[in-house]
Amino acid sequence: MCLAVPARIIELRPDSMALVDIQGTQREVSLMVLDGDAAVGEYVLIHVGYAIEKIDEEEAARTLALFDELALHDESFGAPTPGDEA
Amino acid sequence: MSVLAAFRDSERAAPILERIRARNTGPVSLMEFCGGHTVAIFRSGIRSVMPGNVRMLSGPGCPVCVTSNADLDRAAALAKMPNVLLATYGDMLKVPGSKESLAEVKAQGYPVHIVYSTLDALRLAQEHPDKQVVFFAIGFETTAPAAAAAVLQARAQGLSNFSICSVMKLTIPGARALLDMGEVRVHGVIGPGHVSSIIGADAWRFLPEQYGLPVAISGFEPLDLLAAVDALLEMIEGGKPGLSNGYTRIVKAEGNRKAWGAVNAVFERGTATWRGFGEIPESGLLLREEYAAFDADRRFQPEVAASSEHPACRCGEVLRGVVEPPDCEVYGTVCTPDHPLGPCMVSSEGSCAAYFHFHQGAARPH
Repeated sequence: MCLAVPARIIELRPDSMALVDIQGTQREVSLMVLDGDAAVGEYVLIHVGYAIEKIDEEEAARTLALFDELALHDESFGAPTPGDEA
Repeated sequence: MSVLAAFRDSERAAPILERIRARNTGPVSLMEFCGGHTVAIFRSGIRSVMPGNVRMLSGPGCPVCVTSNADLDRAAALAKMPNVLLATYGDMLKVPGSKESLAEVKAQGYPVHIVYSTLDALRLAQEHPDKQVVFFAIGFETTAPAAAAAVLQARAQGLSNFSICSVMKLTIPGARALLDMGEVRVHGVIGPGHVSSIIGADAWRFLPEQYGLPVAISGFEPLDLLAAVDALLEMIEGGKPGLSNGYTRIVKAEGNRKAWGAVNAVFERGTATWRGFGEIPESGLLLREEYAAFDADRRFQPEVAASSEHPACRCGEVLRGVVEPPDCEVYGTVCTPDHPLGPCMVSSEGSCAAYFHFHQGAARPH
């Protein structure tokens, strides 16, 4: 129910509406509850016809970088944790 | 958007899984409060790769499932009122009420329309000025802004034939109710991604501060969920419960103030009845007095007989995390997605349906 899908804004329309592309399908959605401005080309998250949040690509890249960093860190301390043998 | 596809990268999953397996926490139960997480955890097979000491539990996170039969009966009664056209999200149609589902009401010839969005419900009202369009509003905080926006638009447009029957609920009072009941031991919570995009990650700080429980806000991709599990185990291991937000590409600490502001402008908190829990104070979103004209319950005052539950259905206990779907006598035998006895088997996000589709279709021998 709370699932939301990423979409790219294609065109801004009157009355806080926008045409978006959702995985190749075009749909008109409302930007009425989106906080802040949105521009053509930006990605937003759509839930039941409303854009609820912008997708922060920089944050996405940062999270992935953090995963990679943790993975590297793990290789350097591969020793078993005490109590693991149980 | 290739950067998002990377969150399904199995090569990146392996090291996170290694970290999870190397954690030294003892037996722990981690609970999610989101139907989307229930499905994502089953679909990605995360349950099956967890080490034996980590148990994944589902809480009352499916809004279709927690809707009470009394509320479903009220929607059916509204649909049968003269001149009313009931609009609802498709998820609700097949859920059996005390006597019948909305699909059965529709089959009797009453106008029940499935809409994808409240925008479609508003359009129905504009196209049918001679009908009273009632939108049956279910959902949690993620879905509530769409209902609030519809009421605000209806008022701005002077639409006098649009109203809503709100059975929308708030996740935090639901989570508190479950924890306060103390039936299930929970050691950490996976925080709902899209609910939190509206109310903000900080709304979950009560878990570490008041319950001593770590919480990790998570997205819906396999890497998001594995990272959330690892973050919870790390906090449990270190004895330092806190808040971790691994879904920063969507969820801000303060949430979406505009959307949440619209919800709070239109709705106030009141008692709601949850399947499996009964009445939970301050857990429902009810139309404020100034929007009473858009409240279908006040406008039409439907009369509803006392509700009843199917005696064999254990959805209530499934929603409280007390039993798993196969523990139910009728799971997978009498109750299947084709012939569901309760909402947890109807909704694609229901624990029973998710278990049936992804885990093991067969019932456990009783």
